[in-house]
Amino acid sequence: MAERERIQKSSRSDSDPEPALEAPETSRTGERLKAELDDLLDEIDEVLETNAEEFVNSYIQKGGQ
Amino acid sequence: MVVPKICGLETEYGITHRGAEESNPITASSLLINAYLAGLQHAPGSPMARVEWDFEDEMPGRDARGIGGGDIVYEPETHLVNAVLTNGSRYYVDHAHPEISGPECADARSAVLWDRAADVIAQRSMLAARALLPGGQELVVYKNNSDGKGNSYGCHENYLMDRATPFGRIVHGATAHFVTRQIFCGAGKVGSEAPGTERFVVPFQISQRADFFEEEVGLETTLKRPIVNTRDEPHADPRLYRRLHVIVGDANLSEVATFLKVGTTALVLALVEQDLFPDDLCLAAPVQAIRLVSCDLSLSRPLRLADGATATALDIQWDLLERCGKYCDNFGTEAVGGDVAADVLERWESVLTELESDPLAPSSTVDWVAKYRLLDAYRERFACRWSDSRLQALDLQYHDLRPERSIADRLGLQRLVDPNEVAWAVENPPTDTRAYFRGRCLQHFGSDVVAANWDSVVFDLGGDTLRRVPMMEPARGTRRHVARLFEECPTPADLLGRLQQ
Repeated sequence: MAERERIQKSSRSDSDPEPALEAPETSRTGERLKAELDDLLDEIDEVLETNAEEFVNSYIQKGGQ
Repeated sequence: MVVPKICGLETEYGITHRGAEESNPITASSLLINAYLAGLQHAPGSPMARVEWDFEDEMPGRDARGIGGGDIVYEPETHLVNAVLTNGSRYYVDHAHPEISGPECADARSAVLWDRAADVIAQRSMLAARALLPGGQELVVYKNNSDGKGNSYGCHENYLMDRATPFGRIVHGATAHFVTRQIFCGAGKVGSEAPGTERFVVPFQISQRADFFEEEVGLETTLKRPIVNTRDEPHADPRLYRRLHVIVGDANLSEVATFLKVGTTALVLALVEQDLFPDDLCLAAPVQAIRLVSCDLSLSRPLRLADGATATALDIQWDLLERCGKYCDNFGTEAVGGDVAADVLERWESVLTELESDPLAPSSTVDWVAKYRLLDAYRERFACRWSDSRLQALDLQYHDLRPERSIADRLGLQRLVDPNEVAWAVENPPTDTRAYFRGRCLQHFGSDVVAANWDSVVFDLGGDTLRRVPMMEPARGTRRHVARLFEECPTPADLLGRLQQ
C-alpha cells in the first residue's frame, strides 16, 4: 500500500507547481479538438447510415466467442 | 524464468450482408474469405496455392488448472474455410464470424503492424466479395466486439509464458491488470448489455466487453466468460511453455491502444514470471470491479482490494507502470520486446498522465475517449438522448472497416505504422519468430505444402507419406536462423533434407 500512496502523491505533485502553464495548453487543445469535431459533424450525414434505426436494429451478431 | 513474450492477436470481426433478402453469417463469412483467397490465387505471379489449416494437435478444451479442471470437448469446424496466409496468419470462419489470427510477433509494435495487416486483408476481402455479389449487395466487416443486443465476439491475445510459473500466480497478477487496463485500451460503447440491466442504465461505458464477464477464472469463451481463461493449448513444447490466452480485451482501432494493450500486458506477465507482482494488488471482487471501471468515465471510483484497502484503476496502473519500469532497469528488456519496451513504458506513462489530468484528454490515442467525444458532441448539436439510434449507429460505424464509412478514420487517431509497411505485412511474415519459417515455406513452396498450423508445416513431396516439419520453439525459424536455408534450397526436398541434417 505504501508504494501506491507514494506513486499517487508523486504523480499529483508533479503537476501541481505549474498549473498556470498547464491549463491554457489543455484548453487550447480542447478548443482545437472541438473545432475539428464541429467540422466532422457538419458533414456527418454523408457518412452516417441513412436509416440509423433500421441499421442498428438489423445489426445482429450471434455465435461469437 | 522470464521467457520471451512472443505474442499474437486474433480478431473475430462482425459481418453483415447488405442488400440481400436473407443472409446467414456463416455463408457470408465463407464468401468473404473465399473471395479473398480466390483473388490471391488468380493474382499474376502469385506463389499462393491454397494451404489448409492442419487440425492435428488442436485441443482447446484442455484446462490449465490440470486434472479435474473440467475439460470441455470441442469439435473443430473442419468443413468450413480455413486457410494459412503467406504472412503467417490464419484466416477462417470461426463459429459465425470471419476471424484472422495473426502471426507470432516478438514485440508490441509487430503486433500492431500485423493487426493492421489483418484489417487490410478484411478490407480487400470486402472488395473481392463485392465483385462476386449481385449489384446492390455487399459484405461489410466491423472491428468491434458487441452488437448492442447482448451478443459479443472476441479479440483475443496470446502470450508465451514459462510452464514453471504456477497458474495461480498468473491469475493473481493478470486479473488486476485486465480489470484496470481498459481505461486506456477500452473501445467504448453506448449503453449496457450486462445481463439483467436496463439497456441505458449507463449512457456510455469504457469497454465493449466488460458486460460479458461473469467469472474470475475458467475455460469457457462463449458463455459465462472468465476474466482469466484457462485454455491450456501451448502450440509449443508443453514441457517448457504455456500460452496465456486472453479473451477479456476489446478490438482497437487506435494503433496506440493496441500497442499499449499488448505491450503493458507483456510487461506485467514478465513481472509475474519474475515473481515481482505485489501481493497487495489483489482485487476483492474482480467481476464486479471490471464493470465498475467500465462504467466510470471519471476514473475516480475506488475498487476494493483483498486486504481491505481501496485503489482506483489509475492508482493500480501507476503502481504497475512503476514496477514494470523497475523490472526493465534490473533485468533488461530482452524478454519483453527489446527497445520497444522502452517505448511502451513511455507511452504508458504519458497516457496515464493525460487520463489523470482529464479522462477525456487522450482523444488521439484512446478509442473510448475518441468515440465518446464525437458522440457527446453529436448529442449536443442535435439535442438527442443517449438512446437515440443515430448515436448507436455512430457507435457501430466507428468500427466499420470500409474507408468511406469508417468513423474512426475521421477522428485523427495517431498512427504508429505507415501504410506501405502494412501493405508489406499483408504478404510477409514477421522476421523474428517461427512465423517467418511458416510464411517463407508458403511463399517458396506453396504448391508442395498441404497444410500448416502454429507448430508445424506439412509437405507432400509425392512419396508414400506426408512430411511434417515440427516447430515447437516459437523463437526459432526466424530470418536469422533460416533465411540462408531458403536461399540455398531450390526445392522443398532440399529444404527437408537440410533440416534433417
